[in-house]
Amino acid sequence: MKKLTSTFLLTSILAVAANSVSADTLDSVKSKGYVQCGVSTGLPGFSNADASGNWKGLDVDVCRAVAAAALGDADKVKYTPLTAKERFTALQSGEIDILSRNTTWTLTRDGSLGLNFAGVNYYDGQGFMVSKDLGVKSALELDGAAVCIQAGTTTELNLADYFRENGMKYKSVTYDTSDATIKGFEAGRCDMLSSDQSQLYSLRIKLKNPEGAIVLPEVISKEPLGPVVRQGDDKWFNIVKWSLMAMVNAEELGINSGNVSSMKNSDNPSIGRFMTGQGEKLGVRDDWAYNITKQVGNYGESFERNVGMSSPLKISRGLNALWSKGGLQYAPPIR
Amino acid sequence: MTVTTETKKYELGHHPDMAPPLTTTGLIGWLRTNLFSSYMNSVLTIFVLYLLYLYIPPLIEWLFIDAIWSGGSREACEVDGAGACWAFINSRFSQFMYGFYPKDLLWRPNTAGLLLIALMVPLFLKSFNYKWVLGGFILIIYPFIAFYLIHGGSFGLETVETNKWGGLMLTLILSGVGIVASLPIGIVLALGRRSEMPIVKSLSVVYIEFWRGVPLITVLFMSSVMLPLFLPDGSDFDKLLRAMIGIIMFQSAYMAEVVRGGLQAIPKGQYEAASALGLSYWKSMGFIVLPQALKLVIPGIVNTFIALFKDTTLVLIIGLFDLLAIIQQANSDSAWLGFDTEGYVFAASVFWVFCFSMSRYSIALEAKLHTGHKR
Amino acid sequence: MSDHDSELKPSKPAIWNDPKYRALFFQIVLVLALGYFITTIVNNTLTNMESRGISTGFAFLSEPAGFGILQSLIEFDESHTYGRTFFVGLLNTMLVAGLGIFLATILGFIMGVARLSRNWVVAKVATFYIEIFRNIPLLLQIFFWYFAVLGALPSVRQSMSLGAGVEFNNRGLYLPAPVPENGFAIVGWLFLAGIIASILLARWANKRQESTGQQFPVFFSSLGMIFGLPLLVFFVMGSPLSWDYPMLKGFNFQGGISIIPELLALLLALTIYTGTFIAETVRAGINAVSHGQTEAAMALGLNRSKTMRLIIIPQAMRVIIPPLTSQYLNLAKNSSLATAVGYPDIVAVFMGTTLNQTGQAVEITMMTMGVYLTISLVISMFMNWFNKRMALVER
Repeated sequence: MKKLTSTFLLTSILAVAANSVSADTLDSVKSKGYVQCGVSTGLPGFSNADASGNWKGLDVDVCRAVAAAALGDADKVKYTPLTAKERFTALQSGEIDILSRNTTWTLTRDGSLGLNFAGVNYYDGQGFMVSKDLGVKSALELDGAAVCIQAGTTTELNLADYFRENGMKYKSVTYDTSDATIKGFEAGRCDMLSSDQSQLYSLRIKLKNPEGAIVLPEVISKEPLGPVVRQGDDKWFNIVKWSLMAMVNAEELGINSGNVSSMKNSDNPSIGRFMTGQGEKLGVRDDWAYNITKQVGNYGESFERNVGMSSPLKISRGLNALWSKGGLQYAPPIR
Repeated sequence: MTVTTETKKYELGHHPDMAPPLTTTGLIGWLRTNLFSSYMNSVLTIFVLYLLYLYIPPLIEWLFIDAIWSGGSREACEVDGAGACWAFINSRFSQFMYGFYPKDLLWRPNTAGLLLIALMVPLFLKSFNYKWVLGGFILIIYPFIAFYLIHGGSFGLETVETNKWGGLMLTLILSGVGIVASLPIGIVLALGRRSEMPIVKSLSVVYIEFWRGVPLITVLFMSSVMLPLFLPDGSDFDKLLRAMIGIIMFQSAYMAEVVRGGLQAIPKGQYEAASALGLSYWKSMGFIVLPQALKLVIPGIVNTFIALFKDTTLVLIIGLFDLLAIIQQANSDSAWLGFDTEGYVFAASVFWVFCFSMSRYSIALEAKLHTGHKR
Repeated sequence: MSDHDSELKPSKPAIWNDPKYRALFFQIVLVLALGYFITTIVNNTLTNMESRGISTGFAFLSEPAGFGILQSLIEFDESHTYGRTFFVGLLNTMLVAGLGIFLATILGFIMGVARLSRNWVVAKVATFYIEIFRNIPLLLQIFFWYFAVLGALPSVRQSMSLGAGVEFNNRGLYLPAPVPENGFAIVGWLFLAGIIASILLARWANKRQESTGQQFPVFFSSLGMIFGLPLLVFFVMGSPLSWDYPMLKGFNFQGGISIIPELLALLLALTIYTGTFIAETVRAGINAVSHGQTEAAMALGLNRSKTMRLIIIPQAMRVIIPPLTSQYLNLAKNSSLATAVGYPDIVAVFMGTTLNQTGQAVEITMMTMGVYLTISLVISMFMNWFNKRMALVER
């Protein structure tokens, strides 16, 4: 009976709430005043909470950029740490507005999970990390090895494919979180740790002795990582997509957080369009791209700060350099 | 009784008692009766003592004598022959207690905690006569005061979002709210299960058995990531609140069983007398049966609270930073890698102190309450 | 609900005070409200899933899974289906729950009796064990046994040899596996026959004792029939059994039976934690047997162990079984914490990896909850049956 009254209350409250909030994610974000962003439970460089609980990283910057575009303030983001297993359910159910959690873009996820990938903020590939003492030079020497991996990732699938393809056997030790995975590896539960290469570097600094482990040269898969939104809300999809694109375009146009104010009145028509005039087509403020660059920075800045040479991860740009510099980061023009 | 005519005569009068045999008193007697009463027992005693000798001294050395108590990073603890690294706990202590709660606002949760302790003290005083009133105040009014203190957002207090809550504070909040909110639901369910209305009865049974039959971890998963799927599109509420709803639904089923135990212990005469007086169902329950039953089940409620207190650690699996989760997170901080054991020992001792004292309290209460009802 | 109001309004006012009608009315309202609530939930879920393009249905169960599972009691590799991952997870859950119940019962009984021991040291050690481990969260204990103890174990290369081909290292416990050869089946059959014969013998001895009072050494003759005879035949036939010893090949031990550390840690934590509760249950049960029973047994000349076995325990069981059942249920449910250390139980495999690869949260969560409800039901039913049997024997 009490259960009923409480459920009654609950449903009636929610029914009222439901009437005032439409299916439009942008409207709901505007009305609640923040973007709910799904991130990892802790992966340095991509999304990691520091000692005082502030989230930082490449994936976090995407959320901040979206908040800057949609609300004009990059700080209006709330983070939901999710394990790999929970992430899609959380996005599907509407618990989060955007999932930015080093998530690989695949056909299944686009097609049957009811999700849309808004772009690629990091081109990655799956690799292996082994202890130096093992004396292994190539992944092909790893027949019969035990592998630590994280549950609910494409890693699990690629690994199975790779070992089957090469006629080798393996034992997968599957953990819930990346922290548990690296701890298992450190404790010697497995011979190697397999994950996206970027993650390997990021996890390696969580080892007591990072020099004791090496990342093998093999890259066994394509792992385009990017932000994800729910299907069926094109407006929100566009905002997320173009927030990411704006960061890449900014780098291409030579705009960064330092010079963006002074370049506001530039004569260059591309820069002019970047600064103003295109916002309403997306349904956001006119100075959306300016806000992103001012508050978050361009893609290059974000990369350097979080995973690049000025971070503990020391990952080179590689595939993630701009297309004009031999990489894959290529953004459609803002016009 | 005849005394033989021997020279050694038994003299009449008062004789001092003879000393008992040496082997039954003092240290030796105690040892004999308690440690070496038989061959088997002696072997057991010696074996156990040997084991203790083997493991206890190194443990104490590690825990206290060789332990490092202060330092800024893990270098401080990486000394030869160093024991436990309590410096790690020391440097993160405030985070373990309050999570990411802003440091300059810590007076707010502290005030809430002290207020609760201050309110609880009279409950333990024998001479205090308004225990029911005060208890009601703690159960009904106090949660709101605590919420406004900790969360803020009105009365000029700055809002602190729930995602900043954590550590022991969050553990206490989750278990406290879980118990307080599940008590009324549990009472209603227990009454429902004993009801004579078949539908009410069967629904209560289904509800109780369902929640008692599934693991808390699946309930938390459902409430934390799937709940929005069941609700109208766009409805959204706080993650902590959702976890709490899951915990409350789960806990109320257990609470219902505890209360039912109390209801069953009330003699049937009490029910009959109440209805003979012409009291309605709710009146007879509210004035006659429940006050007696609830008093009986207070130890049971405390035990449920202990179980819930330990179970709240499961929220780490859904990404809330309770005491255990925040310790784990600190363990993966590169400044303090490799002190998992210290972290776990610390968490264990905090949980232990709480649970053990509550269980002692529960036992004492049971003994006190049992006086009139011993069968 | 409003149409029910109008339905009842015109009737006589007395009907309001008739408890029968009141109950009926109340229950109808309850059913309607509940029905409304459930339909709303179902509707919401369906609408939400459709509008977000989430696949529904159970077709995914027959698709290939494409990932490996660490431990499987049935044959499983990447090419098997998602449906099979369900059974792999289920069996792993049942394995850990079954072993856990078995071990926790033994530990709990020993510790419960030990706490009442007249030996001061033993009683104190048991008390310490109970009070320490009962008050520490299970999840914490699982983490401790897994991460803190796993780190302290030797690596594969420096594996600890426990003799007789048993190896122990941070990849698990490796035991030699028996490989039966020709003729071993006979030994097996003899063993089975020995068990059946012992049961029959025990019944006969019981009957004889009841009617004549004569006792028969059932224990030793059963021992002989179950183990002695098969062993004799085994050696006469020239030991038709060889052992497959675990050998270090490449990175890991191959061959033999391996018990993964995840299972060991989980089992250890579940056993130690639940053991404390069972010990307390046992103690309470023994204390509930009145002291007069012990004195009477002593007066009859029974020694302490016989008193315990024949007089105290059978009576205590009546008190012990109901709380013991709920401890078993708790243990079965707590085995879902496996996911925290990567033991592939149903929550980790099916509600974890499979859910994540297919995205069908509603179906998978329902199936998982169904499994736990069924397990709970089966345990309750078995224990109720056992309880009834014990009660009958006792009267």
